[in-house]
Amino acid sequence: MVCEMESDQTEYMEMEVEVLSSMWPEDMNENGKQFNIDWPGEDQDMLEEVNINEDSTIVDFKRLVELTNYSEKGSSQLTYLVKNWEYKQENAVRLLREELDYLSKQQQESELKKLEILEKYQFEEERYGGDKRPISILDEELKRYIFQEAPRKRNDVKIQDKLEIDAEYDSIKYWKQRATHLEKMLETSAQREQILTEKLQESIENLERQSSPVEELSQILKRADNFLHFVLQNAPVVIGHQDNELRYRFIYNHFPSLREEDIIGKTDVEIFTGAGVKESQDFKREVLERGIPAKREITFDTGLFGSKTFLIYVEPVFSKAGETLGVNYMGMEITDQVRKREKMAKLREEIAVQKAKETELNKTIHITEETMRAKQMLATMSHEIRSPLSGVVSMTEILSTTKLDREQHQLVNVMLSSGDLVLQLINDILDLSKVESGVMKLEATKFRPREVVKHVLQTAAASLQKILTLEGHIAEDVPVEVVGDVLRIRQILTNLISNAIKFTHEGKVGIKLYVVPGPCPDVKQGSYKRMASDHSKVLAKICKEDKCTSPSHNSLDRRGSGGCKDADGENERLMQNGEGNYSEQNGASIEDEVDDPNQQETTVWIRCDVYDTGIGIPENAIPTLFKKYMQVGADTARKYGGTGLGLAICKQLAELMGGHMTVSSKEHHGSTFTFILPYKVSPVCDSSDDNEELTEMDNHDTSSEGNDDDINSGFFQFQPRTLGSLFSSHSSGRATKFSPNGFGYNTLNKTNGFQVNSHSFPLDSNTSKETGSVEDACSVADAVETCSDPESSFKHTRNSGNPSTSGREQKINGVLDHTPCLSSPNSETTNSDQGEITEKIEKSQIQEQPDRSSECSSSKDAQISKTSLKPKILLVEDNKILVMVTRSMMKQLGHDIDIVNNGVEALRAVQRHRYDLILMDVCMPVMDGLQTTRLIRSYEESGNWDAAKDAGIDEEVFPSNSLQRSDESSTKRIPIIAMTANAISESAEECYANGMDSFVSKPVTLQKLKESLQQYLP
Amino acid sequence: MEVGQLQRSFVEYMASLFREGFLDAQFSQLQQLQDDSNPDFVVEVVSLFFEDSERLLNDLTMALDQPNVDFKQVDAHVHQLKGSSSSVGAQRVKNCCAPFRNCCEEQNTETCLRCLQQIKQEYLLVKNKLQTLFELEQQIVAAGGAIPMLQ
Repeated sequence: MVCEMESDQTEYMEMEVEVLSSMWPEDMNENGKQFNIDWPGEDQDMLEEVNINEDSTIVDFKRLVELTNYSEKGSSQLTYLVKNWEYKQENAVRLLREELDYLSKQQQESELKKLEILEKYQFEEERYGGDKRPISILDEELKRYIFQEAPRKRNDVKIQDKLEIDAEYDSIKYWKQRATHLEKMLETSAQREQILTEKLQESIENLERQSSPVEELSQILKRADNFLHFVLQNAPVVIGHQDNELRYRFIYNHFPSLREEDIIGKTDVEIFTGAGVKESQDFKREVLERGIPAKREITFDTGLFGSKTFLIYVEPVFSKAGETLGVNYMGMEITDQVRKREKMAKLREEIAVQKAKETELNKTIHITEETMRAKQMLATMSHEIRSPLSGVVSMTEILSTTKLDREQHQLVNVMLSSGDLVLQLINDILDLSKVESGVMKLEATKFRPREVVKHVLQTAAASLQKILTLEGHIAEDVPVEVVGDVLRIRQILTNLISNAIKFTHEGKVGIKLYVVPGPCPDVKQGSYKRMASDHSKVLAKICKEDKCTSPSHNSLDRRGSGGCKDADGENERLMQNGEGNYSEQNGASIEDEVDDPNQQETTVWIRCDVYDTGIGIPENAIPTLFKKYMQVGADTARKYGGTGLGLAICKQLAELMGGHMTVSSKEHHGSTFTFILPYKVSPVCDSSDDNEELTEMDNHDTSSEGNDDDINSGFFQFQPRTLGSLFSSHSSGRATKFSPNGFGYNTLNKTNGFQVNSHSFPLDSNTSKETGSVEDACSVADAVETCSDPESSFKHTRNSGNPSTSGREQKINGVLDHTPCLSSPNSETTNSDQGEITEKIEKSQIQEQPDRSSECSSSKDAQISKTSLKPKILLVEDNKILVMVTRSMMKQLGHDIDIVNNGVEALRAVQRHRYDLILMDVCMPVMDGLQTTRLIRSYEESGNWDAAKDAGIDEEVFPSNSLQRSDESSTKRIPIIAMTANAISESAEECYANGMDSFVSKPVTLQKLKESLQQYLP
Repeated sequence: MEVGQLQRSFVEYMASLFREGFLDAQFSQLQQLQDDSNPDFVVEVVSLFFEDSERLLNDLTMALDQPNVDFKQVDAHVHQLKGSSSSVGAQRVKNCCAPFRNCCEEQNTETCLRCLQQIKQEYLLVKNKLQTLFELEQQIVAAGGAIPMLQ
C-alpha cells in the first residue's frame, strides 16, 4: 500500500516535473529523479530488498538481550508476550474444562438412567431376594462412574445394554451372564479410566512441553521484525538505539553505506563530520539527561550523505530501576518537505510583503491623489477667484479715483481693503501650493540689492499710516549687482516689512543687508578680515584721491540720526564707508577690488535682517511662527488681521532659494527676521560697463539725478515727516511721463471698441525717439495735412487711407531717409508718382535733418555718422506690426534698417542702394518675396533689370543710370533672408529655389534674427 | 493700492495671460525690446496691432458680406491678421487663423463667417486683457513703482 502510494506520488511528481520543469528549481528535479531511479528496482527485487533489509539491521545481540532483560521497555515487551501466551494457555484450559463439564454431565445422565435400571432390578431382587453383592459392586462401579469421566462411554453403555438381552431372563445363567457382562463392563470401564488417565497425563505432559514461550516468542518477534522490515524497507527512516554514552547499539538504516563495525559502538560524532552532527548529538544528550522524549528537526551537511534534513525523535530508555540506559532514536529524512515548506514560507512571506506593499502603495496613491486633487482644486479655485477679484479690486481702485462724496469714498475704501486682503490671501495660498508642489520656478536675473531694498522701503513708506522711520542699511561689501530671483526676494522683503510695520507702533523698521561668508563658519573669520583690511586700504586711497565727487546720501547728519546702529561687525566698515563719501564710480571700483580676492567663488551669501521696534513675539510662539495659518495668538489675528500664511511663504521661499530664515525677538522690544540667501555674482562687472548700464537702467524708472543713491549708497531712510519731499526726488521719470489724465482718458475709451484712438495709451510726446509713436506720427501727419503742406502727398504713397497709418508710413520713410546714401541726389527721377515721392523724401529729409539733430543727443549724431560703416539692411515687409517689431529688434541688435512694403519697392530700393542684407517677407501684396528675389538675382547676374521689365514692372522704376550702378556692384550677391510664416505655401525649399539664402520663421524673435544676421554679416 | 500690490497683480495678471494662452513668447520678445530709448514700444506695437486688426476684421466682414465672396482676398486678409497677431504674440487670435484659411481654401462662406466670429471674439478678449494690463502698468508707474518683468 505504502509503496503503491509512493509510486503514485512519484509518477505524479514525474509528470509534474516533465510538464512544469521550468517552474521548479533544479534541486526539485533532482529529487524527482532520485525517486524515479529508486522506484523500478523496488517492484522487481522484493526479495533482494528484504535481504538487504536484514543486512541493514545491525544489532549488537548481546546488548539486545541485555536490553530486553534489563531495560524496562524490554521487560515490558516480554511481559506482554508472556501474558499473551498465558492467555492462550488459559483459553485452552478453559476449552478443555468446558469439554470436561459437558462429559460429566453426560455421565450423570447415563448414571441416572443406570439408576433407573437398577431400581428396576432392585424391585425385581426384592421380589426374588436377589444377591446384594453385585449391587454393591454396581454401586461401587456407579460411584466410580460418577467421579470418572468417560466421554464415549455412553455409546458403549448403550451397546452393552443391548447386548444384555442375549440370555434367558431370570435364569441363573442369565444372571451369571449378566454378572460376567457387568464384570466385563467394569473391566472396560477400568480400561477406559486407564486410557483417560493416560490421556490426561499425556495432555498434562504436552502442556508442560508447550509451556516454554521462547520459541513462540521468537516466532512472534520474527514476525514483528519481518513486518517492520516490510513496512520500513523503503521508508527514509533511520532507527537506532544508543547507550548512555550515545554509542550506537542498534541501527536500522534503509540506505546503509557503513558497515556494522563502522557504526556499532561509536557515537554520531565519531561516525560523521559536518554541520548538524554535533547538534544531533547534543540533542540526544539533552534528551538523555532530561529523560523526556523530544522531536527536533536537524539539518545535516555531512560528507557521507550530503545536505539533508532529518526530523529526529529521541526517547530515553530507562532501566527497571529508573536510570537511563540510552536513547532510542528515529530519524526521518524530510529534506524535500523542508525545502518545500521553506519555499512555501518564503512565497507566503513574499506574498504577504507584496500585499502589504500593495496596500501601502494604494493608500499612498490614494492619499497622493487626494492631496493632489485637493491642491489642484485649491490652486484652480484660487486662481479662478483671483482673476475676477483682481478685476473687482482694480475697478474699485479706479472708482476711488473718480469723484465721490465722503461716504462713498469710505465705502470704496472698505471695498478696496477687503478686496486686497482676499487677493493677498489667495495669492498666498497659490504661492504656497506652488512652493509645496514644486511648481515654483525660480528665476535667475541680475538685480541690484540696494535698489530692491530701496524700492521695498519706498513702497512701504508710501502706504505707511503710522509715524515710523523706515531705514535701510546696505553694507559696502554687498555687490552692486547679484543674480537671483528678485521677485521672490522682493516678496520676502515686502512681506517681512509689512509684517514689521503692522506690529510696530512707534520707532523704526528697517532692513540691513550684509555679506556673510556662507554657511561654513570657519571660513568666515579669515576671509572676512582679509576683505575688511583690503577694503580699508582701498578706502584710504579713495579718500586721498577723491574726496567728494558726487552728492552722497551718507551725510554725517543722516548718520547722526541713528540710522547706522549696527551691532554687527559690519558696523565699523559701514561707518568708515560713510565717512568716505565715495562717489559712484569709486564705489564700483571698491566693489571690484573687494570682490577680486574671491572672484573664483562666484556665490555670495547675503544676510538680510528685517528689524523692528514693535511688540515682539513671545518666546513660546516662536516655534510655530513659520507654520501655516499660525499666528502668535488668537487675539493677534483679531487685532492685526492677516492670514498667517505670510511667514510660512517667506520661509519656504527662502529655503527654496537655498537659504534659510530665522527670527529673534524680545517681547515689547521688537523682532528681527533674518534670512540668508546665496546669490551668484555676475562675473562681468567692470566699472565702466556698469556705469553705462546703470544709467541706462536707471533711465527706466528713475530720473537721472536720483541714480547715484540707488546704486551705491549704503543707507536709505524714510522719515515719517520728510516722506513727501524725499519721495518727490525719488519718483521715477516714467511716472511723470504718464499723466493721470491720459490714463483716465484711456479707461474711458476702453469700451469704445474699434476707435482710432482707443489704442492710444498716454505717451510722452517729449521723448526724442527715432521710432516715434503712433500718436506722434498721427499728429504729425494731421498737422501736415491741415497745413496743406506740399509734403502731404506723402500720405498717398500707400493705399491706406488711414491717417495714422500714413503717419507711420511717413515715419518709415523717415527711417529710410536717415541713411546718408539716400541723400545722394537722384536727379534722374522721372515725373512719375514714385519719383515725386523720392524727391519729396529728399526734401523732407533736408528739412527734418536739423530738427532731428537738435532733438537728438550728440551721441545720436555720432551714431548716424557711424552708420556708413555699419551694414546696410533692407527689410521688405508689408505688415506694419512686423515692421515695427523687426525694426526694434534690429535696433537692439545695433542695426538701423531701411524698410519697404512690397517687392516692387524693394526692387527700387535695391536699385538705388547697396544693401548688405535683405530681410524679405514671402507673402506680400503687389509683388511677393519670391519673385522679388528672383528679379534681384537676375539683376545681379545679368547686370540689368530686363527680367524685371519683362515681369511687367514699370519701366520708369528703373532709371537709366541703373546700368552704371550695376557695373560697380552687380558682382556681389546680396544675402536674402526670407521671413516665412511657416505656412505650406512658404516652404523653405521654395525659398531656396527662388534664390534666397536662408529663412527666419515668423514670429521673428530676437534670437532667431541675431543668429541669421551673424551668419551673413561680418 | 500700494505699489507692491499693484506690481504683484501686474505680474500675476500677465502670468495668467500667458497661462491662459492669450499671449505667447512673442509678447515677451516685445517686452524685451522695450528699453529706455523706446519706453512705450509694447504699447505702440500693440496699439498698431489693434488698429491693424480692426481694419482687417472690418475688411473681412465686408468681404464675407459680398454676394460673391472673393476668397483670395479673404485669405490675404487672414494672412495679414495671422502675421500681425503672431508678431505681438496674440496666440489665440493667431491660432484661429489657420482654420480660417482652411475654410477659405474650401471656399465655404458659412464656416468662414463662423471663423470670423470666433476670431473677432478672441480679438476682443485679448484686446481687453491687454488694455487691462497696460492700465495696471500705468497705475504702477503712477504710483512710482517699476514695471516688474516676467521671464
